[in-house]
Order: sequence, then C-alpha cells, then structure tokens
Amino acid sequence: MNLTIITLIIVFSLSCFFFGKTRVSNKIKISGKKFNSLPVYYGYYLAAWCGLPALIILFFWSFSDLYFIKFLILSDFKADPTIDKNKLNLIFTEIVSIAEKKFSGQIPKNLVPYAERFLNLNKIFELSKLAVISSTIVFSIFFSYKQILKNIKARESVEKVIRFIMFFCAAIAVLTTLGIVLSLLFESIKFFTVVPIFDFITGTNWAPGRAFIRDASTEIADVENVFGAVPLFWGTFFIAAIAMCVAVPVGLFSGIYMAEYARSKVRKIVKPLIEVLAGIPTVVYGFFAALTVGPFFRALGETIGLDVSSESALAAGIVMGVMIIPYVSSLTDDVINAVPLALREASYSMGATKSETIKKVVLPAALPGIVGAILLAVSRAVGETMIVVMAAGLGARLTINPLEASTTITTQIVTILVGDQSFNNPKTQAAFALGITLFFFTLIINIIALQTVKKFKEQYD
Amino acid sequence: MTSKQKEIFLKKRYRAENRFKFFGIFSITLAVSFLGILLFNIFSSGLSAFFKTKILLKINFDEKKLGININTSEKEIKASNFNEILQEALLNLDLLTPELKKIELIDIVSVDATYELKRFYLKHKDQLNKMIEVSLTLSDDLDQLHKGNFPRDIPEDRRRFSDFQLKVFDEQNAQNKIITEFNFSFFTNADSRDPELAGIGSSLMGSLLTLLVCLILSFPIGILAAIYLEEFAPKNKITEIIEINVNNLAAVPSIVFGLLGLGIFLNYFYLPRSTPLVGGLVLALMTLPRIIIPCRAALKAVPPSIREGALALGASKVQTVMHNVVPLAMPGTLSGTIIGLSQALGETAPLILIGMVAFINVVPFYPIDPSAVLPVQVYLWSESAERGFVEKTSATIIILIFFLAFMNSFAIYLRNKFERKWS
Repeated sequence: MNLTIITLIIVFSLSCFFFGKTRVSNKIKISGKKFNSLPVYYGYYLAAWCGLPALIILFFWSFSDLYFIKFLILSDFKADPTIDKNKLNLIFTEIVSIAEKKFSGQIPKNLVPYAERFLNLNKIFELSKLAVISSTIVFSIFFSYKQILKNIKARESVEKVIRFIMFFCAAIAVLTTLGIVLSLLFESIKFFTVVPIFDFITGTNWAPGRAFIRDASTEIADVENVFGAVPLFWGTFFIAAIAMCVAVPVGLFSGIYMAEYARSKVRKIVKPLIEVLAGIPTVVYGFFAALTVGPFFRALGETIGLDVSSESALAAGIVMGVMIIPYVSSLTDDVINAVPLALREASYSMGATKSETIKKVVLPAALPGIVGAILLAVSRAVGETMIVVMAAGLGARLTINPLEASTTITTQIVTILVGDQSFNNPKTQAAFALGITLFFFTLIINIIALQTVKKFKEQYD
Repeated sequence: MTSKQKEIFLKKRYRAENRFKFFGIFSITLAVSFLGILLFNIFSSGLSAFFKTKILLKINFDEKKLGININTSEKEIKASNFNEILQEALLNLDLLTPELKKIELIDIVSVDATYELKRFYLKHKDQLNKMIEVSLTLSDDLDQLHKGNFPRDIPEDRRRFSDFQLKVFDEQNAQNKIITEFNFSFFTNADSRDPELAGIGSSLMGSLLTLLVCLILSFPIGILAAIYLEEFAPKNKITEIIEINVNNLAAVPSIVFGLLGLGIFLNYFYLPRSTPLVGGLVLALMTLPRIIIPCRAALKAVPPSIREGALALGASKVQTVMHNVVPLAMPGTLSGTIIGLSQALGETAPLILIGMVAFINVVPFYPIDPSAVLPVQVYLWSESAERGFVEKTSATIIILIFFLAFMNSFAIYLRNKFERKWS
C-alpha cells in the first residue's frame, strides 16, 4: 500500500516537474512574457508542492495509524477491570496475528470478532489515507500552479526548501542522539522503579535469570539481589585494561616508528596494512578468539600446569587489544606529525639523539593528543561487543584472575536480548539500564578525548 | 668527565637509541604478524568449505519401486518417494551388512540425498529403469573426515561416525568412488541444521538488502547534511550542537544503536522484526556520521576560488554549491560513503539485538522478509557444535573479507583516480 502511494507520489511529482517546466518555457516562447526565474525552477516548484506535503502526511499517517487502531480495539479491554493492564499489549499482538492468519495454536474464540474489527479498521484507515493524500496532491498542484501564473519568485522558494531539507538532514544526527537517550531512558526508568538504582550500581550479584524463577507475585521480592551490576562493570574494565596493555605499547611504538623513523616507502606499505586490522569485522576477531586463541591459551596453561578456562578474559582482552592497535597507532602518528619541526631541530642542535628528542621533546609536546587517542581507544574497548560475547564467557564474578571467564556490560545486553523478549519484565529493562550506563560512560570518555585532541591541534595550528 | 667516561656515556646513549628503534620495528612486526596469523588461520580452515565430498552410487531408477512411469507429471514426481531406491543402492555397497548396521550404512549420505536423486531424475527422465551412477553428497562427518579436518585414529565412541561407516567409506575411496566437487550449493542454499547443506544464500541476500536500505537512506541524507554543515550552516548554537552530535555519534558503541532500533523501531513503530528494513535503518543511523565526516572533508578541500568564481558570475549560493562545489567533491564523498558502508557490512551487534539472529531457512527477496546477514551468520555458526560448521564459518568470513576488501579498494581507486589535487 505504502509502496503504491510512494510510487504514485513520485510519478505525479515527476510529471509536475516536466509540466511546470514546459508550461513556463512555452509561455516565454509564445507570449514573450518575462518570468522571475528560469523555467526549470518552476518545474521544481510544482514538483515540491506536489510531493512534499503528501510525503509528510504519508510518513506521519503510517506511523500513527496502528496506534489509533490499537487504541480503538483495546478500549473494550481497558474498561474491563478483570484484565491485567500489562497484558494489553500481548492481547493486541494476539489479535493482530489472528487477523493476519499467523496465529499458532488454539485461537481464543473471544478475540475473533476483534480480529475482524482490526481488519475492517485497517481497511478504513488505508482507504482514507489514500483519499487524504490524493486530495492533498490535487489541492497543492492546483494552488502552486496558480502561484506560477502569478509569476512568483520560484528560485527563491525552491532554494529555501532545499536549505530546509538540508537542515533537516543535519538535524537527524541530533534526533538520533535524542532517540537513543529517550529510548534508553524510557525503559531504564521502568527498570529503576522495580530495582533501586543504588542496588544496581553497588550490588555484586548479577543473575538476571533468577528474576524469573518465582511466580509473578513474588517477583518483586526476588528482584532485589540479582541485578547488581558491579561484576559487569569490573569485567568490562578488566578486559578493556588487558586490551589496553596490548594496544597501547604496540600502537604507540608503531605510531612513533612510522612518524619518525620509517622511510616513506615502508610507511606506504605498513600503515595501510596495520589499518586493515581496524577494518576486519569484530565478529571475525570473536571467532578467532573463541576458536584459536582461547584453546591455545588453554593448551599452554595445561602444559605448565595452570587451569585456564577456554573462555577467558585474557583471550578476549588480547584479541581486542590487537583490534585496537590501529586506533592508537594511526592517531599517534597523526599527532606526532602535527608537532612542529622547529621543536625537533632545536633538540637536534643541542646534540640530542633521535630517540632522546622523541622521548624528551616530541612526546611531551604530543602528550595531550596521545592521551586523547588512548581515551578513544578505551571507549572502543568498553563498547566492543562481539569479541567478548564470543570469547569472554558469561560468568559474572568479581575476579582478578585473567584466566577465568569474565563478562561485560555488552555481553549481558546481547545475552538478555537475543531471541524473543517481552518488554514488561525487569530482565529486558535491565539491558536498557546497562545500555544507558554504557552510553553515558563512552560519551564522557569521547567528549574528553575529542576535546583534548582538538585543543592539542589548536595549540600548534 | 674524562674522555673515556664520555665515550662510555655516548655508547650508552647510542644503545638506547638502537633499543628504541628496535621497539618500534618489533611493534610493527608484531601488529603485522597478528594480521598474518589471523588471515592465515581463517583461510587455512575455510578454503575446504568451498568443496564438498560426494559418493558415486549406482542407482537403479526402477519404475515399480518409484511408482512412476514416463508420463508422470513433474508435480507427481516431486511428491513421489525416492528413498527406497536410494536405500537399496546404499545397502548394495556392502551386501553382508548385518541388520543392525543397516541404518549406519544408510546414514553415510546426507539427508538431502533423496532430493538430489529427485533433482537428477527430473533432469534425466530417460534414465527410467536404467542403472546409472549418480554423485550424492556424503554426510557431514565423513565429509570432514575426507577433508582431513577430523582425526580418524580416535576411539569410536568419541567420533560421530562408526567403525563400520569408516570401513565402507575406505572401501569406496579405494575404488575411486569418493569425489570432490566445487560446493556451489554453499552460495545458493539457505541456512540449515545440517552442515553439509547449510549455505550463505540467505545471509548473502540479507546483507545485500540491508546494505541497500542503508545506502538509500544514509547516502542522500549524509551528503545533504554534510553540505549543510560545511556550506550553509550559520555559526550559531544550533550548528554547534549538531556538529558535536555528529562527532559523538561516530564514537557511540554500535550496540547502542541496536538498543535504539529495538526500543524505537520495533517496540514503538512496530516495524517487522529480523528484517533488512529495520537492520538497514539502524545501520543507516550508525553510518550517517561516518559518511558526514569524510564528506565534509571532501567539501572543505574544494578551494574557495571555485565558489567565488561561480558567485561572481551571478550564481546563487545554492547554485554555486550544487553545480560547482559538490561535483568536484564527489570522488571524496563517494569513497567516504563506500568505506562507511563497508563498516556497516561487517557490523554484527546491533543486528543481533533487532532479531536478525533467527534461523532463516529460506532465501529472502524483499526488505521485509526475515533474514540473516553475513556477520551474524558467522556468529550463529560459530556457536554450533558440529565440526562441519567451523569450516563454513571460516568460509563465510572469507567471503565477508572479500567483499570488504573489494569495497575498500574500490573506494581507494575512486579517490586516487578522480580526486583533484588543489595546490
């Protein structure tokens, strides 16, 4: 349905464009009348009037009609005091699936009339959508054509519309952030009404699966001790720290070598090669960590008599570190290149060797930039998902032994949300609470990092 | 300080110099060798998945046993049962099979073998009532054995095929009845619980559709946003907020976008779960800042003289940008977009959250069909216990890396070939 309408709108707009353009150029030819803009702008003008209002109506209509239908259908159930308010959504999905003939199992008899009503309402809404949109198109074509005959300044109007569309596209970034914050906040607030925020931040026992064991009446009592996120924070921090132990020295030295020592031929080959590490999908690293590195450490541990779990924080951390190397090395390279040559030359003229110059002059000058680079890498490590999901395990425990399995915020989000889930239980909402923690944590690191890098760059510009 | 002391001190300093340089070389070697190990590991374990092991079986297309004749319609043939002639042929491999072992003998071929026979017959209807050799897919365990991915000398109870099956397999192998073919079905089949049948058809198609949705949304929006920010935006608070947002979104963990998709697109707008439509939407939001940033750089690289020239000839600001600046910035914009899309192609976590991990055994054709994508297929198969899925996973990764390499080199080519240097 929507596709037909969109095609309709596009066809109409295109024909409006050609109609407006030829109409105006014909008029110029025949009557020699002067128009304010080039004919093509009248075409655009007509097309914009034809297409945009219709598209906007279509957009809002398509997203809101299900709500109206849902409201109308559920109004009967809402009046019924015997029905749990939390089950309304479930009832509605059941009605929809009966209507679409996708319902599996015994169809509840009492819902069948509602399913028929759903189909009827759907039809009414669809038809009225078509009617409203076509009348909008007709009306706006009529209106805009009259405007053209009045010889309005079409180019200016068209350019205004273009600018507005561009502004809207740029504003989508803000809308996205808003969407992230709102969707996370909305579910998290529901979660924190059941589980106190203090318990979430300071609790040391994470076992969301237990929230289900008792029946609904005791669920709240049971929820208290199973949503302590400290083990997850610790696991995230721990694995990120292991990753940084790999990435920082290797990345830093690679970056320094590439910026200061490497000949341009070597640089041209090696730099892209290292950057390939950042281009490999994380799921590939996860597979590598789970199937090769994990068992390798396990076998290594066995030979020296250590008990290494095949899913260990060490394997996940090291592989993650390898993934992060290019983030550190490339940024270090850039930052060091931004340090003015004069500083180096001054140091050489005092008789310092190259490494002394780097250590005593270049690195201190580049320090803010390097710190920014490392912070960005930390935020990568904290938000990284697939490697830890596949290689770090699920056991939420407070341990400083890197050979044991460990779990992270991202792993738990994925574990909770894989498969079907209902939105009305604290387990699902916990994932959103974790999500918002992750979002704000990485946001703060990113802002600090971007600011330091920016300040550093301004310093030498 | 005596001159000798000076010399020692100098030597020490030079040693430190060399040490420092060595650390640099060592780190680079380490990073590059990590890459080498990773790729070698994936390629060495994945290449065998592009081939499959088949057995040549003498099949008797007996019309009585099949219950069909020359005139039987295609539909009826599809409904008829080819199991009996297959079992007969398999049991003929070893006539002395004890009753208890018969089931093991039948199990040496894939569950798909009867359908393979059916497809063969549909193509060669003239073979009715004739004895002919047909190549049939072996079961996954024997396939892995033949490829050398599975050791044969471990006790019977620890492997997935019996001594008897091994004996039959070796006999057939000695008679050159075991052949290796290129595994076309790997590219066309959808996912399956049986490793020898599982293919990446559905996830390849899913990735394609998802990327298409992502491209359609993120490319125009990204370019228009970049043009606005670089060329039109007034210097005020709103612009500043937008810029900060774009830069931050580029660094938000991808999983958060998955939560956004789940919370808003699925839970609020009721868009269909597990579909390329929602996947593409989520990835488009994620890719947007990654397109905007290189696009802005490309626009910035166009020298002001171009704009001034156009403005001096009386073009409006919009005309200047659209007719003069944007075409010159196009190569940089396109390569930025392609690199952004290649990142979207490798993304897994947000797609898992919007339900693209479902087991999909049909190949999707529309953006609203449930489907998987390549990286999620890697994740799904890597969780499977069967040995046969390991090589499939690696092979999927090879395909994925191939696509990524192709896209990235195309982007580099575009940049090198068409981008004008202004200086």
